[in-house]
Amino acid sequence: MDDKKKYKRELLLPGDMIEEEGVKPGRGTFKKDNKIYAAKLGVKTVRSGYVNIAAQSGRYDPRKGDKVIGTVTDVNSSIWMVDVNSPFPAVLHVNDVPWRVEFGDTKSYIDVGDAILVKISNVDELKKIQISMDEEGLRKLNNGQIIEIAPSQVPRIIGRKGSMISMLKNYTDCRIFVGQNGRIWVDGPLEGQYVAVKAIQMIEENAQVVGLTDAVEEYLRKETGKDLELERKKLE
Amino acid sequence: MAEEELKLIDEKGIRNDGRKFDELRPIKIEAGVLKRADGSAFLEWGENKVMAAVYGPREMHPRHAQDPSRAVVQARYNMAAFSVPDRKRPGPDRRSVEISKLMSEALEEIIFVEHFPRASIDIFVEVLEASAGTRCAALTAASVALADAGIPMSDMIASCAAGKIGGKVVLDLGKKEDNFGQADVPMGMVPTTGKITLLQMDGNLTMEEYKQAMELAMDACKEIYKIQRDALKRRYSTSISTFEETNDMEEE
Repeated sequence: MDDKKKYKRELLLPGDMIEEEGVKPGRGTFKKDNKIYAAKLGVKTVRSGYVNIAAQSGRYDPRKGDKVIGTVTDVNSSIWMVDVNSPFPAVLHVNDVPWRVEFGDTKSYIDVGDAILVKISNVDELKKIQISMDEEGLRKLNNGQIIEIAPSQVPRIIGRKGSMISMLKNYTDCRIFVGQNGRIWVDGPLEGQYVAVKAIQMIEENAQVVGLTDAVEEYLRKETGKDLELERKKLE
Repeated sequence: MAEEELKLIDEKGIRNDGRKFDELRPIKIEAGVLKRADGSAFLEWGENKVMAAVYGPREMHPRHAQDPSRAVVQARYNMAAFSVPDRKRPGPDRRSVEISKLMSEALEEIIFVEHFPRASIDIFVEVLEASAGTRCAALTAASVALADAGIPMSDMIASCAAGKIGGKVVLDLGKKEDNFGQADVPMGMVPTTGKITLLQMDGNLTMEEYKQAMELAMDACKEIYKIQRDALKRRYSTSISTFEETNDMEEE
């Protein structure tokens, strides 16, 4: 943590040279004449020997291991085609779902228009995306609503160590899942959903405001009439 | 006839709009002006007003135009009907089709197209007010919009024109200079490497004059590059300052 703090947060633009010794070029960078340059507009981060550029804008770039929310666009007898908000369609194979699906019976499990919570299991060089649902927590999303935010704002909705998202959940009594692709699923009591969605929009619009967490908590307290701090004290 | 009456440049080397031979018109760029585009930029260059929007990378349609090995860069240059004193007939014409192609090819040079097989990157440049040098303005704005859209690229392109008026080589022709001058050389380049991605010439220059013109335009491009970078830094400076506190966040 302290190690990372040493690096000055500076906005890099495409073509800027990254002055960093003994690291390999990671995401959002490229190498030319043995020097590393930024390929995207973003901020430099160094992790396990690689320099990456954390993009500040742009579309979702699918990455192995990401949990995302997809909508089914097409079904045939052994696969589902899924839109995961990326420039490329994703494929979900019958072997990658938690059920034993008879050949040709795909439609009765997941149909066109259904929303599903999936994990990206592979992205190959040709940007063919394979997704999987055969893992704990991954499922079809039956109720609630899905909203979309800019994928670059996802870390802000989650907050440091999940602080923002757990606050939202506690105040609104909603189940919320934030997909890495910028889609957020919200389910729970209607009033709670309404407040949660409003709060998420507030976070997205005011991402750069200092003390945003407090402002959001204030809003949640006002809207839900709950005061978690007070309740915590009562319990004691 | 007109050339004799209209003095484009006087004995002291001052042009009819008061500029020196190597002086640019004032340039102003703002990034991220359109909410629904992935990236955008608004540029004012003298009297020129240009809006650029970038969408993508996204799935390319029609499917048969997809390239399985790389993204297709589709730039579209369009002049609004009200962009010139006499109403321009709307829609693509010979000139705007040419500039669109030119821009696509220039921008392909800097975008990492091979990162996005089968996709398209769409760039729309709308000229709202035109007063000579709109293709340079369009290319300059498009570069900023691309960077704003978070599209991976090796650098940005800055673009500027040089030309010849009243027998002298000058930078960044204005409307009258363009219409009654002797030559116009628009060029676009990658300022850090010096790579030329756009170069055209209208009129005649001697080799010596051409070299002078290129020199002028190349220096100007470096200046324009700074303005482009400033615009992007201004747009993102506030979100960076809070980046530190929110950086090390984990998934739910």
